[in-house]
Amino acid sequence: MSDSLILRVVTKWLVPVILLFALYVQFHGDYSPGGGFQAGVIFSSAFLLYALVYGVDATTRVLPEAILRIGASLGVLLFAGVGVVSLFKGGAFLNYSVLAGTPVAGQHLGIILIELGVGITVACVMLLLFYTFARTIPPQ
Amino acid sequence: MEMLTVLLVVIPLISAPITAIIANRYVAWLITLVTCLALAGLSGVVLHHVISGEVIHYELGGWKPPWGIEYVIDSLNALVAVIVAFIALITVIYGSKSAEKEIHDSQIHLFYAAFQLVILGLLGMALTGDIFNLFVFLEISSLSSYALIAMGQKRQALVASFNYLMAGTLGATFFLLGIGFLYAASGTLNMADIALRFDQFSSMTLVITALLFILIGLALKAAVFPLHSWLPEAYTQAPTMVTVFLASTSTKVAIYVLIRTLYQVFPNTYWEEMLLPGFLLLSGCLGMLYGSYKAIRQVSIKRLLAYSSVAQLGYMVVGVGLNNEAGLIAAIVHMFNHAITKAALFMAAGLVLMRLHTTNLEKLRGAGKTMPWTTGAFALAGLSLIGVPGTAGFISKWYLVQAALEKGNYVVAGTILIASIMAIMYVWKIIETLYFEGPDKLTVHKVGSGKEIVPDLPVATFCCYVMVATCFYFGLYTDIPLEAANTAVEVLFSTGGGQ
Repeated sequence: MSDSLILRVVTKWLVPVILLFALYVQFHGDYSPGGGFQAGVIFSSAFLLYALVYGVDATTRVLPEAILRIGASLGVLLFAGVGVVSLFKGGAFLNYSVLAGTPVAGQHLGIILIELGVGITVACVMLLLFYTFARTIPPQ
Repeated sequence: MEMLTVLLVVIPLISAPITAIIANRYVAWLITLVTCLALAGLSGVVLHHVISGEVIHYELGGWKPPWGIEYVIDSLNALVAVIVAFIALITVIYGSKSAEKEIHDSQIHLFYAAFQLVILGLLGMALTGDIFNLFVFLEISSLSSYALIAMGQKRQALVASFNYLMAGTLGATFFLLGIGFLYAASGTLNMADIALRFDQFSSMTLVITALLFILIGLALKAAVFPLHSWLPEAYTQAPTMVTVFLASTSTKVAIYVLIRTLYQVFPNTYWEEMLLPGFLLLSGCLGMLYGSYKAIRQVSIKRLLAYSSVAQLGYMVVGVGLNNEAGLIAAIVHMFNHAITKAALFMAAGLVLMRLHTTNLEKLRGAGKTMPWTTGAFALAGLSLIGVPGTAGFISKWYLVQAALEKGNYVVAGTILIASIMAIMYVWKIIETLYFEGPDKLTVHKVGSGKEIVPDLPVATFCCYVMVATCFYFGLYTDIPLEAANTAVEVLFSTGGGQ
């Protein structure tokens, strides 16, 4: 598909919009429908579109597999880390109320961080799955 | 103390992604080892705390049950956690060499990460008091074990893993649907809460459907006959370390969930009048006979042991199906004893595989003379598998036969004895080949270059003997599993019967 000028141009316009929308779903998730999982999927779909038009190789140059693997792990670590911090602050595992001065602020902070962890992992794993099935490059 | 219980799940949750990031095999092994050490220590402390009947509750996120997820630890799941954590520890020490040999360098850190995730899933299944949370952990452990099995050396490992994936996914689907039906009927996912309010909705047909779906799902996961077909290939093709760990823990945890579901989620007064106990007995007895029969006919040691696992799972199912206190105690103790026995046997099989590059009995004739230590471990652990007095295997079979006689069920008692005789036959088949048959001209097979020969594996052999010693120790001193089982069964029967 990479030879179609229209597709190439439209993709270049669409990718940042999709990314922005993903971030909106991510950071608005605590007030409105949305959250880490949805945001992660939308975020990865921007790269999927890019890969469909410009090819998988071009996409792996932007986001190499190694980085995705680290990202997938870091997301889980962020999630678990929030839980551990709340453990150290004297609450139960994943009890966000103790994270900040007031319980409300703590819950707010906690859910944003947790969802961020989910978002990062989901986006990375989605792309890893796509790479695994679509790649013509040898595994790293 | 409450803090410690959640750490059992949190530690591998943190260590697994770290292992996946650090792409160095030594560091990966070291992190896994430290994790397992910590988990074994923690689970020991927790078991020591709850063995006399105390129950630990831990509310995740500070949400009160039944709304929030709660971890409930009594002596039963503490015992399961101890099995998982200690077997994991010994497997990691045992497996450092075999993993190095069998797993590609570029994958080994991922291998260890997945291994920690299996531990995480199994521990979580054991500890949680929330049935949906249990499903999540079931999936964590299953998905990572598919990946681990697929890392086997031969291409057949992929097929074995795929079959396991299909069976496991079906099982998980049934289990999830069952949970869904139960939730529709009860409006709660907390196991204690379901049991507490069971009378309010027990007349609904939906509840029976839920029970059946959950049972079928668990039976697939636990490889209960006739839903065992994924097990032999998966255990045969998986890397040595994975076989040792999964064979001794994963099906046991599924049996634990079966016990928990049948006695605490659904009170046993609810299902004892149905066909279910009879069906469990039938499936257990047939499983024993079929597994033993197939084991006798195998020529590969690994596959022989895998079929023997199908048979041994039959004993546990029979223990549950007898539906009396003695039977349940026998099932729980057998869960413990079989875990250590099978770990010892698969470790010995792994040693043979690593040193001679084959587990095919026809090529192992007379190997007892060339490698007396490895085959000695086989013989000793084999005694425990048969159930010779003085070994762990004897204790649980003794209890099981007693439980069957207590119920007046002589058919079951007879089947257990017949299956034990068949166990002698398949263990003897190994012993005879290793010791009493003359060696072929070549005892070392498929050796390409000098570096492929593994002359001695002192650490792995030592670990194997530790497990063998454990089999004998728990054959003579049965306090720990028996006390835990007694305490657990008392609680299970009082909550089940005293609604």
